[in-house]
Amino acid sequence: MSSVINVRGLEKSYGANKAVAGIDLTIEPGEIFALLGPNGAGKTTTVEILEGFRDRDRGDVSVLGTDPGIKGEQARKWRNRIGIVLQSTNDAGDLSVYETVAHFAKYYSNPRGVDEVINAVGLTDKSAELIRTLSGGQRRRLDVALGIIGSPELLFLDEPTTGFDPEARRAFWALIQDLRKSGATILLTTHYLDEAEALADRVAVINQGKIIEVATPALLGGRATSLATVSWKGPNGIQSERTDNPTALIRKLTETYKDEIPELTVKRASLEDIYLEMIGGADGHK
Amino acid sequence: MATNKVHSNKVPSALAIGIARGGLEVKQFMRQRESVVFTLAFPIMLLAIFGSVFTNELSDGVTFSQYFVAGMIASGLVNTGFQQLAIMIPVERDFGTLKRLQGTPMPASSYFIGKSIVVFVTMVIQVALLLIAGVLFFGVNLPTDPAKWFTFTWLIILGSAASTALGIAFSVIPKSGRGASAVVSPVVIILQFFSGVFFVFTDLPGWMQQVAALFPLKWMTQGMRSVFLPDSFAAQEVAGTWETGRTFWIILAWLIAGLVISIKTFKWEQAR
Repeated sequence: MSSVINVRGLEKSYGANKAVAGIDLTIEPGEIFALLGPNGAGKTTTVEILEGFRDRDRGDVSVLGTDPGIKGEQARKWRNRIGIVLQSTNDAGDLSVYETVAHFAKYYSNPRGVDEVINAVGLTDKSAELIRTLSGGQRRRLDVALGIIGSPELLFLDEPTTGFDPEARRAFWALIQDLRKSGATILLTTHYLDEAEALADRVAVINQGKIIEVATPALLGGRATSLATVSWKGPNGIQSERTDNPTALIRKLTETYKDEIPELTVKRASLEDIYLEMIGGADGHK
Repeated sequence: MATNKVHSNKVPSALAIGIARGGLEVKQFMRQRESVVFTLAFPIMLLAIFGSVFTNELSDGVTFSQYFVAGMIASGLVNTGFQQLAIMIPVERDFGTLKRLQGTPMPASSYFIGKSIVVFVTMVIQVALLLIAGVLFFGVNLPTDPAKWFTFTWLIILGSAASTALGIAFSVIPKSGRGASAVVSPVVIILQFFSGVFFVFTDLPGWMQQVAALFPLKWMTQGMRSVFLPDSFAAQEVAGTWETGRTFWIILAWLIAGLVISIKTFKWEQAR
């Protein structure tokens, strides 16, 4: 079993509420895998079980070949190989960026270089500054620095760009793509579909404690083969036609218009359309 | 990361990480100027106030300040360890600091070691300043007998360790960082009154003395009195002696109880 994460029949209930109702999941080395789902879908519970923060009721779980429920010295060896970037940490911030990263480096057997990591997350200019002076986006970058300082084979990223402006998000995505080049496997949870589309090799949509589908972003929900909408400006204004073969339609249109087809667009369902359709009517959706 | 793919399994030892955490915690503490000033200056202020209010001598040559400095040091042990930690740890839990640590190879024991170090270092500085101020301004006499300094040393070490362990143990009780102070402070203040920090212990009602004898602060205070008061005062204690051996065992028992509870109940995050 060479998969980084292997989950079979995972279940977890809180009282009568079945948060995770039988999940299977396989994540391969070097993948960026995104877990998408509305609030209360079981996303956080699933990830926290994989991170070893929570017990499960039923099912087999293997993360880097180890059961995340282990305790003691074995758990330390396992944690030495993973990195976790949690949703929000809000320390008092009386330490500098460098001091904090250098301190966390002491927890691991094979830490990366402190300056190298600070540089990788783009905080070199802020290295000597106290954490309390950082902006929200910079703090998030520090969170990532602390997640990767131990050279993890597997990195958990929990909603990494919540609260970012668009520019900061782009920069952050570039950072994550750089991490992938270093060979780490990344499990990302996110609310943002564009984020999953930009980063993930594969996406799993989770709803009501179950995985509805696992696919590449391009193929999710039959997106690649779904009907396309071709529209253009005809003699009587904008015309559109839904077709499973847009190329043929356009070929026909070129005969009619010879030159340029006015205001031609070909639109496929966006990932968001597909996603909303998949989770449509879900009770857990807020 | 790519060049460094071979993972040795030698995770740094819990002790090494604990010592690193201790250094970090001391650094953090020193940078919080308000709390540094408060922690270090408050005992001196109290000594000044009580020293001015009670100017009478307890007996020939022994001022109330001399009696009170023992109580101040003992109650410093409880303030810097128990009170500080039982309030700060729930705050760290709320901030997600603890959950982040839980996700690393750092074990809980390293966290405990780090806390013990910062409490001990703070305690040493606090006591040194209190004694210097006491000698310079309030006529406090330091003991000359090496045996008394020996007692003093183990009382500080054992007392701050027990206080640390009990603070960590108690930190599971406050439901949030914001409410922690309201839960913890009354416990400390009541204990201080019962244990003879502010008054002469044997002047307190008998039932109060008996309640106090169940808790470590009474013993820390009594131990410190044995250091700072002449041996002739031992006769005025409840048992008629300083009970140094019993003091040692009772504080040690509280240390062990605190450790066991901490290990069994420590929470990295507040249950939802």
